[in-house]
Order: sequence, then structure tokens, then C-alpha cells
Amino acid sequence: MAERTFKVYRGSGDDGQLESYTIEVDQGMVVLDAIHRIQAEHAPDLAVRWNCKAGKCGSCSCEVNGRPRLTCMTRLSDYEEGESITVTPMKAFPVIKDLVADVSRAYRNNASIPRFRPRPRDAEDGWRMKQFEIERAQEMRKCIECFLCQDVCHVLRSHGKHAEFIGPTYLVRTAGYSLNPIDVEDRSAFLKESGGIGFCNITKCCTEVCPESISITDNAIIPLKERVVDRFYDPVKALVRLVRRR
Amino acid sequence: MESSVAVRDRGFGKTLRRDRWWVPPVSVALGLGLFGGYATWAVLQGGNYFADPYLSPLYSPCIAASCPEQIRLLGIEWWPFSPAILMMGVILGFRGTCYYYRKAYYRAYLLDPPACAVGEFRGDRYAGETRLPWVLQNLHRYFLYASIVIWLFLTYDTIHGFFFEDGFGVGVGSIVLLINLVLLSGYWFGCHSLRHLIGGDVDCYSCALAGKARHKAWKGVSWFNKRHMGWAWFSLVFVCMTDLYIRLVAMRVFEDPRLF
Ligand code: SF4
Ligand code: SF4
Ligand code: FES
Ligand code: FES
Repeated sequence: MAERTFKVYRGSGDDGQLESYTIEVDQGMVVLDAIHRIQAEHAPDLAVRWNCKAGKCGSCSCEVNGRPRLTCMTRLSDYEEGESITVTPMKAFPVIKDLVADVSRAYRNNASIPRFRPRPRDAEDGWRMKQFEIERAQEMRKCIECFLCQDVCHVLRSHGKHAEFIGPTYLVRTAGYSLNPIDVEDRSAFLKESGGIGFCNITKCCTEVCPESISITDNAIIPLKERVVDRFYDPVKALVRLVRRR
Repeated sequence: MESSVAVRDRGFGKTLRRDRWWVPPVSVALGLGLFGGYATWAVLQGGNYFADPYLSPLYSPCIAASCPEQIRLLGIEWWPFSPAILMMGVILGFRGTCYYYRKAYYRAYLLDPPACAVGEFRGDRYAGETRLPWVLQNLHRYFLYASIVIWLFLTYDTIHGFFFEDGFGVGVGSIVLLINLVLLSGYWFGCHSLRHLIGGDVDCYSCALAGKARHKAWKGVSWFNKRHMGWAWFSLVFVCMTDLYIRLVAMRVFEDPRLF
């Protein structure tokens, strides 16, 4: 068995510090296992959020050596032998304690999205749709709300625009509604105004960290941006709408 | 214990990343600087852009009176500068508002962000693409429309590159022009705005007019779109190489080998 040193953020708010722990590690361990071993052997009061240990609940998001990761899906073998591993809480959110961040502001963003609004039923037992036309929305439904994309998004992380911008997680959610073939709600005004889609400068960090490999920028954000252009920035489309209304 | 500052600080360049995160932005900055710089020089230079029957793609369509008569269109009299400048606005506007290039220069030049999870300047004054000038990026689709016209001329010029004084033939330059056209087309076909307009804006394909055909078209464009970055780079580099090739032939540095 080999030994490895971990530097773990301890404390609440921005005043915490990195504390070093050296533990024995086994083959096949992930970062979350190591955190649990530290908890068991050295620091029983170390706070960490987790649930499924299978990359599906999105609870264990942290930053490992400065990169947003699911700790339960990050293998120790991905790091050089002997290299210490730093585990810190998500930087874009306030820290409650140690590795646990307060993500409640993200839930408020979720609540602001205009709801899914299906067209009237096609038949008594529901709606009809083809598989090929629901695929775009299904990609968005893979989201496990881990908030790694919110964490890495520089609009939130560096510029602190939590009140003005709903962030990539909820742009994915919005795309999941809007690309659904039976949804009839127009969300472009919401996206432009309170959704703040214009704050996104499509620099793709969200896509780089998504553990579900959702093409957040290409398949959610840019299509939504184009819909906002249709409605607000395209003079020809505006003219067509005007003529149609007459 | 390490100080808390390094962990939660949001200042420029602050990160706990240990990899060489600065390599990609520096490479992109150099690459864009080099090829963007060459293209700008070539456009402003105004000479050696035609080696019969090849016209440099940076000068296509050639619409000023100063253009060689074999390829001259319109023949605008009052234009005293390099004829390429007339079309530069469209090309620059198209590439400059392209979703891929936006990402590239926001990261490499504006450092906004320099790399993922790396701190940056500007704090809460950041406005993204919500205000002037960046809100104008929303006009990308208009540059897409304008570039269709340029593409048509480019196709014409490429065909022209196969017709020599003695009739049809193939020179190395003809092939170079053809590859250039293919790369530019690949870039164009992966455009995000095209992807939206051709079918991405449809929610319900089985309800929309020609919905199935539009879904197919959308799928096709999506294939190119997935590789848009690659096409963007290859087409940029190759358009410069094509110009350079024709320039060297026009300057008689070497002869264009005729294949048949
Ligand atoms: S692409 Fe947009 S939403 Fe995604 S990380 Fe970058 S700025 Fe944020
Ligand atoms: S989009 Fe991806 S990164 Fe963002 S919350 Fe969902 S699963 Fe996590
Ligand atoms: S514990 Fe559920 S995703 Fe890691
Ligand atoms: S998005 Fe790149 S050309 Fe349109």
C-alpha cells in the first residue's frame, strides 16, 4: 500500500485553510474514498456532501487540483504517484463548511425559468412524438445538477453575476424544455432579460467539465442564443412578424 | 497550512490548477496573430494576387477597376486602394463574429477567461455580450448571408483556375484553389447560425413544413458543426497558404507546375 498526501480545505466562508493529511491509499480508490478515509482516521468533523458514489446524484462536486470534478469519479491513479492532491469546495458558491458549498442560489435560478408548457393533447392518452425529434431535449435531460458547470463558468465564478445570469446548468434546463417537440412556451424574452444569456461569451468551460458530456455550449446555449437573435436582433425576422400580424 | 488567499482568491491568474493551462491561450494568440496578420498584410498589399488563371482567394471577387481584366467584375473606378479591402469587411465580419473565433479571442486576447478555472481581471464590470460592441455579435447570420455571395464567386474563381490560355488543364495552383474551396465550404457548413436557420429553430419536426427534410439538413450541418473548430483553423491557414502560393508564382519566384 502506498501513502499519499491530501490538502483539504477546512473552515467556512472564505476564511478556511488547506490542511494536510497523509493516508494509506489502495488501488482503484477515488478522491471521495480518500476523503472518507481522512474522515475515518484523522478528521471525523470533516464535512463532505455525497450520495450515490456512482456519478449520478451530482452531490460530491468539488475542485481537485483546481479543476471542478465529481470526487466520486476522479481516480487517484489519474495523478502522478507521490503527487499531493488538493481538494477544495466549489469556488463559485459560498462555503458552508469544509467541502460543502451552499448551492441554494442555483435553485432560485431554476425557479425563474418559464415552466414547461405542452400543447393540447394529441389523443386522449397523451401526446405523439417521434424518437428522432426528442433526442435534442433528451441530451439535456442527462443533467445531474452537479453544478460543476456553474462553478467553472467565469460569469459566476469570477464576475459574480449570480443575480443577472442563470448559468449553464439552467440554460441546459431551459433548452430541455424549449427543444421538446410538444412545448409551446416562448422563452426568448426570459433568456434575454432575467436569464441573462448575453453574459455568456461561449468560451465553453462548462462543456469541458460536464461529467455527463452534454455539449452545453453547442447544443444548449448557442441554439438558445440564436432563438434570442430571431426575436430581438434580426431586423428581417421582425419585419416578417410585423407583416404576418397585419 | 497554506493561506486561505490562494484558495478562494479571485484575482487575475489565480488558480490551483497545476497543468500548463497557459499553453492553449498562448498558442491561439500566436496562431491567430500570425495568420490573421498575414491575411491583413496580404489584403492591404494590393499586388501580386493574380497569376493567370489563379486569383488569390483573399481577392475574390475582384471588383475594382484595377483588377486584371481576366477576372475583373464591376470594375469600380473610384476605388484607389487594394481591391481586396472592398470584400474584407464581409470576411472579417464573418470570421470575427463566428462562435468559434469568439471563444478563441475572448480567451486568448481578452483573457476572459484565460483558461477554465483561472482568475481574471474586471470583477463585476463584466457585461459579456449584453452591451456594445459585443452585442453586435448577434448579427453573425447577416455575415453568413453575405458570405454566400463570396462563396459563389470563389467557386467561379476556382473553376477559372482550371482554364488556361490553351484551354482546360490542371496545375498545382488549380488543386490548391480546389482544396481551399473545400476547406472554406466545410467551415461554412458548420456555422452555428446556419445550423439554427436550416432546422435548429424547429421544435416539432413532425408538425413543421418539410420538417423531416429540415431535420436531415440539420443533422448534416451538425456533423460539420461538431468539427467547426478544426475547419475554422484549417481553412484559415490554407487560405493564407493559397494566397502565398499564388503570390510567389505571380512574383516569378517559381513556376506553377502544370500537371496536365
Ligand atoms: S460557455 Fe457561457 S455558460 Fe459556459 S462557462 Fe462559458 S460563459 Fe459560462
Ligand atoms: S450540465 Fe453537466 S456540468 Fe452542468 S450541472 Fe448538468 S451534469 Fe453538471
Ligand atoms: S456521490 Fe453521487 S455523483 Fe458523486
Ligand atoms: S459560427 Fe463559425 S461561421 Fe458561423
